[in-house]
Amino acid sequence: MLELLINGRVARVDVEPEMPLLWVLRDHLGLPGTKYGCGISACGACTVHLDGQAVRSCTLPVSAAQGKKITTIEGLSKNGLHPVQKAWIEHEVPQCGYCQTGMIMTTVALLEAHPHPTDAQIDEAVTNLCRCGTYARVRKAIHALAKS
Amino acid sequence: MTSVVSRRDFLKASAVLGGGFALEFSFPVLSRAVSGGPSTEVNAWIVIHPDDRVVIRIARSEMGQGTFTALAQLVAEELDCDWARVSAEYASPNENFRRNHVWGAMSTGGSRGVRTSQDYVRKAGASAREMLVTAAAEQWRVPAATCTVERGVITHHPSGRKLRYGQVAAAAAKLTPPKDVTLRDPKDWKIAGKPLHRLDIPDKVRGKPVFGVDVSLPGMLHASIAQCPVFGGKLASVDSRAAEQMRGVKKIVREESFVAVVADSWWRANEALKALVVQWDAGAYAHADNASVTAMLREGLDAKNLPQARKIGDTAAALQGAVKVVEVEYHSPYINHATLEPQTCTAWLKPEGFLDVWTSTQDGEASMIAASAASGLPLEKVEVHKMMLGGGFGRRGGPQDFVTQAVLIARAMPGVPVKLMWSRTEDMQHGFYRPASIVRMKAGLDEQGRPVALHSTVACPSILKVLRPQALPKDGVDPTAVRSLYDMPYTIPHQQVDYAMRNGHVPVGFWRAPGQQNAFYRECFIDELAAMAGQDPVAYRLAMLKAGDKNRLVLEAVTRAAGWGTPLPSGRYRGVAVADGFDSFTATVAEVSVDEKGEPRVHRVVIAIDSGYVVNPDTCRAQAESNVIFGLGSILYQENNLKNGSIVESNFNDFRLPQMAEMPVVETLLVPTGGFWGGHGEPAILALAPAVCNAIFQATGTRIRSLPLKHHDLQRHARLGDLAGVA
Ligand code: FES
Ligand code: FES
Repeated sequence: MLELLINGRVARVDVEPEMPLLWVLRDHLGLPGTKYGCGISACGACTVHLDGQAVRSCTLPVSAAQGKKITTIEGLSKNGLHPVQKAWIEHEVPQCGYCQTGMIMTTVALLEAHPHPTDAQIDEAVTNLCRCGTYARVRKAIHALAKS
Repeated sequence: MTSVVSRRDFLKASAVLGGGFALEFSFPVLSRAVSGGPSTEVNAWIVIHPDDRVVIRIARSEMGQGTFTALAQLVAEELDCDWARVSAEYASPNENFRRNHVWGAMSTGGSRGVRTSQDYVRKAGASAREMLVTAAAEQWRVPAATCTVERGVITHHPSGRKLRYGQVAAAAAKLTPPKDVTLRDPKDWKIAGKPLHRLDIPDKVRGKPVFGVDVSLPGMLHASIAQCPVFGGKLASVDSRAAEQMRGVKKIVREESFVAVVADSWWRANEALKALVVQWDAGAYAHADNASVTAMLREGLDAKNLPQARKIGDTAAALQGAVKVVEVEYHSPYINHATLEPQTCTAWLKPEGFLDVWTSTQDGEASMIAASAASGLPLEKVEVHKMMLGGGFGRRGGPQDFVTQAVLIARAMPGVPVKLMWSRTEDMQHGFYRPASIVRMKAGLDEQGRPVALHSTVACPSILKVLRPQALPKDGVDPTAVRSLYDMPYTIPHQQVDYAMRNGHVPVGFWRAPGQQNAFYRECFIDELAAMAGQDPVAYRLAMLKAGDKNRLVLEAVTRAAGWGTPLPSGRYRGVAVADGFDSFTATVAEVSVDEKGEPRVHRVVIAIDSGYVVNPDTCRAQAESNVIFGLGSILYQENNLKNGSIVESNFNDFRLPQMAEMPVVETLLVPTGGFWGGHGEPAILALAPAVCNAIFQATGTRIRSLPLKHHDLQRHARLGDLAGVA
């Protein structure tokens, strides 16, 4: 049994220590907001927070997440609407939406580190892939959040 | 938490969760199941709750393009309800079969969502409105003409009495629908035409389980699949001894062209899949590669007596008599859709002989047919639950391969729901690719350098032949293969387009704006001719467009907005192109620079679109942005190469998608001129590649006759006619 601290709760799961955190979340803990896009840390759809840092959970063995605070999109805020999520609605960021939970988790971590990020900092931090092309709106929403 | 009930429950008008099973889905829900009190279906499209909530049923699939919202806006506009109380849900494919296609076509592609259903969805709204007003008037015993509606409240003016839609919906539903309704003039629109917030976004930012991959059912198992790497090949043998011993593994499913592992989590299934020792019978195409595809297409180019897609005047004679003849070849590689959500389908063969399927599909009815065929069950025993799509772009419409596979796997696990999800590598290597093509264009010019004749020969696989053979015209000319050439708006007096259908073994499919490669070829070639004639590329094009041609209007609009002819920051160059498709007209100006290392960068893209009408300007703009980034990936990097009969690329490391840093500024001018309905999902991609490549010519003097750009050495100039990029 592994013990994990997810979204402020303790969860116990009986899985292989090498199973990537992504699959523990999706298939064993019923938290499907974190997505699979590539499985090789290339797309960012699986981004979660580990002690507040954005990490790609598809290549992170669950054992490496033990003892750390794991936050997923489902636990980002109590009422389900973090300021970043609100900005995403306001600026109509998502299209298909598949990449967006990862995009939001990345942005939350970026704004924690840099409340007023420059375009270069955004480019460097937000390397998530979006096949639908929502990048312009992601940037706009981040700048709007930095202002508020 | 909301619930889903099956169609069979849905049929019981009074059913409230009757016999259904509770699931944690946000979409799709059938409204009756979740209503607090009895809701009323006023007509097939509109369900009204006693508390005035309005649920609008959407037949088309939502894959990011915004159709869920735009179609709801059109219905709500005519219905005159309170938009704040509107939600949308998918109409059930099974119900559509059963109710004589009351929701029309469900297939979602070709940018058709709004343009081909606007008429009947608006009529549904108007008809329901009339029935609701009539019901109120009957209750008051007054003429309906003395009543007005605002935001779902009916007022009888002489008396000031009011009734809400929720109060009269049940009575309205019993009335006979009016035979004829008058639709509102778009200039009077209050809900349609406005940049309203999309209905699907709040759930998507919360990470609610709305996608096909999110399906979760009691006792559900997971499957990962390996298909024969060579298209058309077969499974020869599988040694599954090691895999069977692995944790969580329940079953190895062997089918003709694939093997799948079923386990209690997807990761375990996929790990066990990797542990299989599989032998494939690759079949006839084991040695196909880029060179064999090129040879196949090239043979087509030179073939005699090809079917003609267009013939105006006498091209051969005009070429003979021309002052100068210019001949070029352009080509494009295969490209995968690479939807971010991989192909997925959940199937559950129930003990009572029913089959339930959940999937991300662009065509729920095609999914039903595929599921029925794979299971051997009649259609009425098959229930398809449409989910939100994590991207579609044409991949999830025709093929339905993922549905067939999921059902075959479920057959091996009767009574147990199994969710199949493809790995990214499977998705990359088993697509229905944008066809590779080569086009030869020959132009005859007069003394002023104007084309008097244009002869194009297209060598390209046929998408219709693969996906919809019954729709292929008798002459064998697939319109998607000759788009932008056979319907070219330029007034060149002699035109001929020949089509050589050369199919090969790589499956091809509808990739966003099918046939768009031709817009790249045509608009770059026209640019070459303008440069040879020493003319401005805009003026050169305008001279060949009839007065009043909408291509002309968007070209003029875009050049004005882009500041065509005005100075640019140092190192930046402009290119222009115009193209129409999907009943819309678009023109694009791209601003590009090429740095000292030869790296191209697209800084700004200005697009003008005339779609006749605009239902939601914000989602239309979002679609233009989407087309730019989707197109940019194919311009800069993307190609699927072939080796040993298989696709070489395996993931996003070798099939690159542009990132945030590469997103240009996109300015979209919506210039609807009215009188027709054009699409928005695809048109804006048409003129992008040529506008970018024409700007690169300005920047480097290099003509780009093939994509992606990564094969061109822009630093050293000119590798004209190079074939490295052909798949
Ligand atoms: S799924 Fe983890 S980065 Fe793509
Ligand atoms: S919104 Fe579709 S992949 Fe980003």
